[in-house]
Amino acid sequence: MPKPLVSSGAVIDGYTIGECVHAGGMATLWTVTHPGIDVPLLMKIPRVSEGEDPAAIVSFEMEMMILPRLAGPHVPTCFGTGDFARQAYVVIERIAGTTLYKRLPDLPLPYDEARQLVARVATALADLHRQNVIHHDIKPSSIMFRESREAVLIDYGLSHHDHLPDLLQEEFRLPYGTAPYMAPERLLGVRDDPRSDLFSLGVLLYFFTTGERPFGEGETLRAMRRRLWRDPHPPRALRADYPPWLQEVVLRCLEIEPVWRYPTASQLAFDLAHPDKVKLTTRSERLKRDPLSVAWRRRFNQGVMAPRAKSDVAAQIASSPILAVALDTAEGAPELNEALRITTERILATLPSARLACVNVLKLNRIAIDRTLDEQGSNKHIDRMVALRHWATPLKLDESRLSVHVLEAVDPAAALLEFAEMNSVDHVIIGARQNSFRRTWLGSVSAKVAAEASCTVTVVRPPRMAAAKPGTGVVWG
Amino acid sequence: MLLAVFSDIHGNRQAFEACLKVARARGAERFILLGDFVGYGADPEWVVDTAMDLVAQGAVAVRGNHDQAVNSSAETMNAEAQIAIEWTRGRLDAAQRRFLADLPMLVEDSDHLFVHSEASSPQRWHYVRSTVDAAKSLIATPAHVTFCGHIHRPALYSMSVTAKMTSLVPKTDVSVPLLRGRQWLAVLGAVGQPRDGDPSAAFVLFDTVSCQIIYCRVPYDIETAASRIRENGLPPWLADRLSQGR
Repeated sequence: MPKPLVSSGAVIDGYTIGECVHAGGMATLWTVTHPGIDVPLLMKIPRVSEGEDPAAIVSFEMEMMILPRLAGPHVPTCFGTGDFARQAYVVIERIAGTTLYKRLPDLPLPYDEARQLVARVATALADLHRQNVIHHDIKPSSIMFRESREAVLIDYGLSHHDHLPDLLQEEFRLPYGTAPYMAPERLLGVRDDPRSDLFSLGVLLYFFTTGERPFGEGETLRAMRRRLWRDPHPPRALRADYPPWLQEVVLRCLEIEPVWRYPTASQLAFDLAHPDKVKLTTRSERLKRDPLSVAWRRRFNQGVMAPRAKSDVAAQIASSPILAVALDTAEGAPELNEALRITTERILATLPSARLACVNVLKLNRIAIDRTLDEQGSNKHIDRMVALRHWATPLKLDESRLSVHVLEAVDPAAALLEFAEMNSVDHVIIGARQNSFRRTWLGSVSAKVAAEASCTVTVVRPPRMAAAKPGTGVVWG
Repeated sequence: MLLAVFSDIHGNRQAFEACLKVARARGAERFILLGDFVGYGADPEWVVDTAMDLVAQGAVAVRGNHDQAVNSSAETMNAEAQIAIEWTRGRLDAAQRRFLADLPMLVEDSDHLFVHSEASSPQRWHYVRSTVDAAKSLIATPAHVTFCGHIHRPALYSMSVTAKMTSLVPKTDVSVPLLRGRQWLAVLGAVGQPRDGDPSAAFVLFDTVSCQIIYCRVPYDIETAASRIRENGLPPWLADRLSQGR
C-alpha cells in the first residue's frame, strides 16, 4: 500500500488539502478546496497503514461505492473518489455545525423537542431507504442538521446497498457496529432489513427522552445478545410523566421481531408528526418489563418465528405506503364517497402494510371570521372527524393503520398538497367534484392536486358520472 | 473502452441480433464472446458466421463445451443437448467447424480474463455455483476481472486481499463499480437460453476505465426463435423453455 500522500498544502486530483479537522479510528477528515467548486468540502482518508483495523479498508470501500450514488438533502453530496491504487479518498460536502453527539450533555431533552428531532431523522431515513440503502450505524454521531433543518445522515462505512455487493457480509465473524444501537437481528447476521435502522432510531429516541440507553453500553457479545430476548425497561418506569403515545412509539421501534416494528421510516415519521393520532396499545401502558418467565420463554424458544425470506428493500417499502384519501364529508355526494371507498378498498387489499390517512378540509372564509361552532352550536372540527371515521368503518382497518385529519384552510387544494408533502404520502385518492357549475366557479381541487402533487394521484368518479357522454357541456375535473 | 460481453448464444439468432443492436446503441467499442455459440438453437450457421465477422474486426472469442462437442464426440452431454449437437454438426461447413475448433480456451489481456466456464481448470467445464467455486477461479488468476458464462444465471463475486468473498445477484441496468484492490468474477447470464426465470436475453457492458459493470437484459422475438427450433425437429422442450427462461 503506498504511503499516504496527504498533508496540508498537498494537491490530489485538483483538490488542495487544508487542515485536518478530525482524526477518528477508521479515517481522518481534511478540509479541501477545488477550483470551480464553491461549497465547503471535506476529504475523508481511510487509515490503511500497518497495524490499523482491517475493517477500515472494507468500510471505506463501501463508502466509496455508496456515496457517489446517493442524492438529496439528507445525505452529504459526493464530489469525487480516489481508489486504493494511489490514494483512497472521498470528497464530500462539509455540512456546517456539529453532530447530535454534542447534545448528549443536555439529555434528557424535552419530549416535544426530541419528537421533532427524531421525526426529522426518520424522514431522512425514509429517503435513504428509498435509495435502496440501509444505514446500519444510526447513532448521535452519524446525524447532523442542515441550516434548512433537514437531517443529514453521514458515515456509510457499515451500510448495505441492495444493488451492490455487500463487502461486509462475510468480512467479519462478529457483527460490526455500535453496540448500544445495534438491532437484535444484526447479531444473527441479517444485513438486508431496513427495519434494523428503525430499531437504532428507537434506541436513540429512548436515550434522548430518558437519558438512559435501553440496552446499556455493554460491548461484549454476551451483553449484546441479551436484547434478543430481554425487553428494555419501559420509559414510564424511568420517568413518571412519560407520555403514553411516546412510549408506544419507542417500544414499537424496539420490538425484537422486525415485523412488529413500524414497516417503514415514513410511517414512523408520520406517527411522530401526529402524536395525538398514535394508536395506544398495551405497549403504552407498560410500567414494568415482561416477567422473567416470558423473557426466558423467548430466550429458549428462539427460531420459533418462521425463517425470513431474503428481503428486498425496495419491495418492502413499496408494500408499506402511506395513502391519503381526500373526502368531502359535508358536501360530497354519497355516491362519490362510496366510489372513493371502493377504490380505497381495492388499493388497500393489495397492500397489507399500507396505512391510510382520511383527510377533510374545513374551508375557511376569506373574509368573515370563522367560528368553531356552527349554527346549531356543535363543533365543526369534531363533527368532521366523526364523519371521516364513519366513512372508514367499512374498511375494517386496524386502528394502527388508520388516522383521520381535518385541515383548516382557505385553499383546499393547497392544504391537501402540503399535507401530502409534509407526511411523505405515497398515493393520494381524491374524488372529482361533480357539480360542474361549482367547479367552474371554484376551480377543480382534484385537477390541481393531480397536477401538482409529487406522488401518485388517483382521481375517482362515481360510475354514473363516468358513463355520462362527453360533449354535453360538462367540463370534467 | 466500453466492452460488450456475450455468453451462451446457443444458435439463437433473434436473441443475439437484439443484444448486438442494443450494445451498439449503447456505445460498445469492443465485443467479447465467451463461447457456446451453438447447441440448442436453430440458427448455428448465422451465429457462427456473425462471430467470425466480429472476430475478423477485432472481437475476442473463447471456446465453450458445445463448440468443442461439434468437433469431438468425447464430450458428455444430456440427451437433448446431444441431439441438438448432432443436428448442428450437419449444418456447419468446414470453415465454420474449423473456426470453433481453433477457438482458445481462455484469453487474458492486461487486467481481464475471458473464459467460458471458470479459470482454475477451463477444460473441465466446472460450473460456478457458489462463492467456493468462485474463489477457486479467482485464486487461479491475477486478473482484476474474470468474465465467464456457462451456468446461464448472472452472478457477481468478489474476493478481498484476505480471500473474503462476496456474492451478488446483479440487478438489471444498475452500474456496479468493480473496486480495485479486490478481484472480481462476473458470471454472465445467457444470450440464447436464459435460465434465471427471466426469458429476456442477457449480456454485460463493462467500462475498462471506470471499472463499472452493467448487467443488461434485452427482450427479443422469442416466438420466432422457438418456432425455428420446432420447425427443425429439435426437442420441443428446447423451444418451450425459452419463454419460461429456465
